[in-house]
Amino acid sequence: MPGLLGKKLGMTSIFTEDGENIPVTVVEVGPCEVFAIRSKENDGYQAVQLGFGKKKEKQVNKAQLEYCKKNNLEPVYTLREFRNFEEVLNVGDKLTVDSVFAEGDKVKVTGKSIGKGFQGVVKRHGFSGVGGQTHGQHNRERAPGSIGQSSYPSRVLKGMKMAGRHGGTIHSIKNLRVVKIISEKNLIMLKGAVPGKVNSIIEINK
Amino acid sequence: MDKLKELLAEHVREDFPQFKSGDRVRLSVKVVEGDKERIQAFEGDVISIRGAGAGKTFTVRKISSGVGVERIFAYNSPRLQKIEVLREGKVRRAKLYYLRELSGKAARIKDKNQR
Repeated sequence: MPGLLGKKLGMTSIFTEDGENIPVTVVEVGPCEVFAIRSKENDGYQAVQLGFGKKKEKQVNKAQLEYCKKNNLEPVYTLREFRNFEEVLNVGDKLTVDSVFAEGDKVKVTGKSIGKGFQGVVKRHGFSGVGGQTHGQHNRERAPGSIGQSSYPSRVLKGMKMAGRHGGTIHSIKNLRVVKIISEKNLIMLKGAVPGKVNSIIEINK
Repeated sequence: MDKLKELLAEHVREDFPQFKSGDRVRLSVKVVEGDKERIQAFEGDVISIRGAGAGKTFTVRKISSGVGVERIFAYNSPRLQKIEVLREGKVRRAKLYYLRELSGKAARIKDKNQR
């Protein structure tokens, strides 16, 4: 899957010509420079390492800085590997949005979801809570219910869904449609929502 | 966020006249029925304008055969063909939801340009 790195700019909605209103996420994609090539002979697998974003020279560690100087590259904010690029790429090649994606494509988007902190089971696992709101019931509305039985197994089974940290994990969404590509501004519009906050780095795979 | 706003500025329509809450407007709306298209008129008072830029919407209220009818329109929708401002209203607030509680003579909005 060839892909690129991007930065989420936010959501909005646009109209098609016949008046349909489509919710879209606007993502600034690339241009991504090819940082390194992984080959079967050297690394055991084929991939290209792409860089995205800017970083000041003083913020880059010496190893990367020297590597950049040697290969005539700009220091980047983030690096990610992508497999299965069809064309042969060399270090220093610049990949833009329109060279990888086309309007109407279905893409898979990977990003870090918004962290929700410590959450109960209703939000975290979609439990429906215990009991109703009436007939004198009060504090059981968002409770998890029974978490184990008495004589057997007489303990709580491993992996039981409970309250805890929610969000802030890597998530992917498949089959998002590319609604529009604005190549002169390096922007792409994807139908629907994308994991993460505004300005977070996301990975778009074809 | 600035880049997004800049981008959306292109999608904002500029061919409509200015109107405010309380104004009476007549809208020409394109209606799609199956594969046929026709223009339908909707006339009423603007009771609310929400948002700005690409996501701006407004609500128009009219009394149709004794029943209040409200429709929310997206300002930048290509289905909106024309907006005519019939008269300016004299109102003291931006959201005229209080009109829903009123009927008959009390539910009228005074004309701004009439003494």
